[in-house]
Amino acid sequence: MTQNKMEVKDFSFTYKGAAKPSLRNINLPIERKKVTALIGPSGCGKSTLLRSMNRIHDLYPGNKYEGQIMLHTEDEGHTDILTLKKENDFIWLRQTVGMVFQKPTPFPMSIFDNIAYGLRLQGEKNKAVLQEKVEKSLKDVALWKEVKDRLNDDARGLSGGQQQRLCIARVVALKPEVILFDEPTSALDPLSTLAIEEMIFELKQDYTIAIVTHNMQQASRISDYTAFMYLGELIEFDTTDNIFTAPKKQQTEDYITGKFG
Amino acid sequence: MERIFRIISQSSATFLFFVLIATVSVLYLYAKPAIEQFGTYFIIDPRWGVEVTVKESPTKAIQTTPSSPQASSEPTTTPTEEENLEDEDTQASISDDENLDNLDAGLDDDLGGEDIDAQITSDDEDDFEANPTNAAGEKTEVVYGGAVPIVGTIFSTAIAMLFSIPIAMGIAVFLSEIAHEKLVAPVGIAIELLAAIPSIIYGMWALFYFGPFIASIFGGHSVSLLVAGLTLGVMIIPFMAALSRDAINTTPDVLKESAYAMGATKLEVTKDIIFPYAKAGIIGSIIISLGRALGETMAVAFVIGGVFEFAKSVTDPTNSIPVVLANNFAESSGLSMNALFYLALILFVVSFIIIFAAKHYFLRRNKL
Ligand SMILES: Nc1ncnc2c1ncn2[C@@H]1O[C@H](COP(=O)(O)OP(=O)(O)OP(=O)(O)O)[C@@H](O)[C@H]1O
Ligand SMILES: [Mg+2]
Repeated sequence: MTQNKMEVKDFSFTYKGAAKPSLRNINLPIERKKVTALIGPSGCGKSTLLRSMNRIHDLYPGNKYEGQIMLHTEDEGHTDILTLKKENDFIWLRQTVGMVFQKPTPFPMSIFDNIAYGLRLQGEKNKAVLQEKVEKSLKDVALWKEVKDRLNDDARGLSGGQQQRLCIARVVALKPEVILFDEPTSALDPLSTLAIEEMIFELKQDYTIAIVTHNMQQASRISDYTAFMYLGELIEFDTTDNIFTAPKKQQTEDYITGKFG
Repeated sequence: MERIFRIISQSSATFLFFVLIATVSVLYLYAKPAIEQFGTYFIIDPRWGVEVTVKESPTKAIQTTPSSPQASSEPTTTPTEEENLEDEDTQASISDDENLDNLDAGLDDDLGGEDIDAQITSDDEDDFEANPTNAAGEKTEVVYGGAVPIVGTIFSTAIAMLFSIPIAMGIAVFLSEIAHEKLVAPVGIAIELLAAIPSIIYGMWALFYFGPFIASIFGGHSVSLLVAGLTLGVMIIPFMAALSRDAINTTPDVLKESAYAMGATKLEVTKDIIFPYAKAGIIGSIIISLGRALGETMAVAFVIGGVFEFAKSVTDPTNSIPVVLANNFAESSGLSMNALFYLALILFVVSFIIIFAAKHYFLRRNKL
């Protein structure tokens, strides 16, 4: 087994109908059980890259992938996820590489069902097991105390921060191997943000994490590696310490010191 | 500006309220004589325009009438109807004169109903001169009951809903989730065109093509309860599909994406995410279509048969409330007109109850 959980190799991505690629020649390792942060100015392609890593782009036909994105798992060995074609393979990929979106997206169902949903998709029917896993993942995201008396209420009645933690719990319950976060705290207040950052720090024990963030402090607080992207290219990738203390490229330095972006 | 805006919106809402009140009260006032004459028995009485012999007080006619639903006839084609009407009005007018006067007075203000007044009064006067007894020396009257059209309306609408809901949902899901984007626009336009076709055209089409086609499959008549229900269904499908599609399209992409990102398939996302999310809009589209089906006149008039008989099987002809109203209103006067208003009031109340109940039942909050 390599150190890396995923490897993006010579990857380019072109949106349907776009004249030129939104991502060009990206090479990025995602190390096992570490947090990798993607930073860069708006529109540089961070979300596009993240969304390629579980092929959510494929919901909309006509986009073009080039290169390779390797995923290393114990069950399946080394897979280039860009070669997947069958629906079952996509389901496997998405349950292995979970994703948390920028805005909380509670499903229109109860709090309990929101978390049980993915488990049921995986075929889990046993009530006791569901109960136990729901409780466990709610505890993982420090939401259990707040919702344990209202598990059957509509999840849309929770606050924004609670909803986002619920969405994370929903992904965690599936026991994926990688979790992709696309600006998970940008819609939240500082306290909820802190709670989620702490949680990501905890999750690192068991999961490989890639996170897009606009918040430099956040990147420096929680990540082990940082990738700086600019205009669809990966400018610099290094350990977070190096990126924030001794960036090699001028553009990176300008960005993290706030000169542009 | 703020004030004007408030006043405008408030007065629009008030206007709507007044229209509702006015409609209900006019229906009620005109239906009143029939309501007093037939009471709630009207609802379960299958006879329409049947002449019966009365032995005692006219108000007890119902108990003493021979039950003869077979003798029912189609009022539009019954030449003796006018006579019947007059006879029956004799009884009615004795007790109803006062009511009618009140009614007339009440209507003068808002309706300018001079014509109606004149008509009603002249009827009444005629009645006093007319012979209140028949040849055998017995009093007779004409009985009106709404059971046949009420049942016909409910069943034709039920058939229409059963037929249209699955198909309309299929179309809506196809258009919003499955169809290739090149197909979405043309099919969408076709649906909207179909939804805009006047219902009478559906009726004509059903009479000449759809009815015989259904009859060739299911047997029976080419005008029947089944044909009426299916025609109604065909008519409301595009309507329901277009509205449901719009409701489904309000589901945020990111919500669907997060379900796909958990490994859900298209079917699962549709069933578990899109439908629950768009539930209010979809139910709304069904309820609006239901309202259309309940009140639909022309499409049904062509194919339901218009006979005052219960359909013994779905392939038999029967009748529905709006069709009865449309077919008979022009020739009606006096009590037969009141009976039609009674039917109209029932249609109104039934629609109201069904729609209210559907809304209440399906859109309960916090119940998952
Ligand atoms: N659906 C799409 N079709 C075509 N082009 C798109 C689409 N989505 C994004 N793009 C383009 O791809 C580029 C990268 O977008 P992306 O959303 O990945 O940026 P980002 O780095 O996530 O920005 P932000 O920080 O604002 O979220 C942008 O130039 C954008 O215009
Ligand atoms: Mg983004």
